[in-house]
Amino acid sequence: MEYHEKTPILDARKYKVGDVIYVTGEVVLARDEAHKKLLEGGAPIDLKGSVIYHCGPVVTKRNGEWKVVAAGPTTSIRMEIFEDQFIEKFHPAIIVGKGGMGEKTLKALKEHGAVYAAYTGGCGALAAERIKSVKEVHFLEELGIPEAVWVFNVEEFGPLVVTMDSHGNSYYDEVDSMAKKNLDALLKNIE
Amino acid sequence: MIDEIVEAIRRAETQLSEDTMNALKKAYERETNEMARTQLKAIIDNFTVAKKESLPMCQDTGLQTFFVDMGYDFPYRAELKNAITEAVRRATKEVPLRPNAVHPFLHKNSGDNTGRFVPYIHWELREGDDVIIHVIPKGGGSENMSGLYMLPPGVGIKGIKKTVVEHIFRSGGKPCPPTIIGVGIGGGADLAMTLAKKAAILRPVPSRHEEEFVAQLEEELYEMANKLGIGPMGLGGDTTVLDVHVEYAHRHPATLPLGIVTQCWANRKRKVHIDANGRVEVI
Repeated sequence: MEYHEKTPILDARKYKVGDVIYVTGEVVLARDEAHKKLLEGGAPIDLKGSVIYHCGPVVTKRNGEWKVVAAGPTTSIRMEIFEDQFIEKFHPAIIVGKGGMGEKTLKALKEHGAVYAAYTGGCGALAAERIKSVKEVHFLEELGIPEAVWVFNVEEFGPLVVTMDSHGNSYYDEVDSMAKKNLDALLKNIE
Repeated sequence: MIDEIVEAIRRAETQLSEDTMNALKKAYERETNEMARTQLKAIIDNFTVAKKESLPMCQDTGLQTFFVDMGYDFPYRAELKNAITEAVRRATKEVPLRPNAVHPFLHKNSGDNTGRFVPYIHWELREGDDVIIHVIPKGGGSENMSGLYMLPPGVGIKGIKKTVVEHIFRSGGKPCPPTIIGVGIGGGADLAMTLAKKAAILRPVPSRHEEEFVAQLEEELYEMANKLGIGPMGLGGDTTVLDVHVEYAHRHPATLPLGIVTQCWANRKRKVHIDANGRVEVI
């Protein structure tokens, strides 16, 4: 299925592994330090039904206005240590990143009806093209540009491929077990 | 020369090197997995946008890294380090680049991509009176999937193959495949890693080592890596690596260092050549 959605998204349980989503509305950036900060001190904005994006962007300020230069995803597994608590506390609908996440996050997605979606790694320019403006930014002074909590206004932001859904399915598990089989076969034949 | 180094950084960051671009296009034509094709298509679309808009192709503009290949008699050698550092400061504002130099204990970002030992400059000397500066900003996600294995020499070539294939398997989708894998064998721990980095980034894609035995090893590792089925971004498919490059040094009898450096598809590299008369060219 292909979905074209507006934020906030309150029915993320409908998404299944393999679905492709394009989002219009707001995307909230949070990576390592931002997760820690928000979990410790609370979120400055309502994150229910939000799209959380693991990304440290390149932005510049010209004539008093922010311009997003590049904004591809960062490696999500680093956030595995606190993503389950983040989902439980803030109830986002879609976590976007690259590379997938682990068991703890998969369980939290199931409990709270959210999904994880992959955005093609490194595609910073393509992402920037779909980001129309910067709505606001929090903790910029303290965390710096790549770690701050940016809120972007986006149009047709995607393709976001659902790789972990709220029904306990992880596409990464499928690829992993297939790759493991391939690995075992290869190792047997190494000379 | 500062202007030209800034320009080389800009090109490295905004225009994918031609060899890598061609390799990705070929991979897209060959790829049979649908999910993999959407990823390769997004990558190709991304570098079209980046080039057109002169935007960094990835938001991780890397740790600013320079391999300097310098003739003993290059007359401007005393100026090079400052020129490179100043070029990094300017490129950070002008390209622009993400500030990627963080104090490891204080967590403070320097804001201009410079700091203690960065930009990282690796110096090598040779005969001659000119210099080639390899401008190779290196992304953090793929660098995280690098590794050093101090193998017992007894495992031999079979152990090397096994370790490399297992390493690529464990890296999965994390280093943004399709990747280019650099393998450094021998020397000490540091040399194995340096050889691996040079093999991954400085060599053209695709290319084979000039020694037949090493070339065969590269071919075999390349075939095996792509049989893993990890695919672009780890979403499955035929294209896990674009190439595997191997370099080696003689080793100590008691050690067999194996360095692996992973380079993501955003293979950023340009060269600046400066001759003895100060003529500067960006390649």
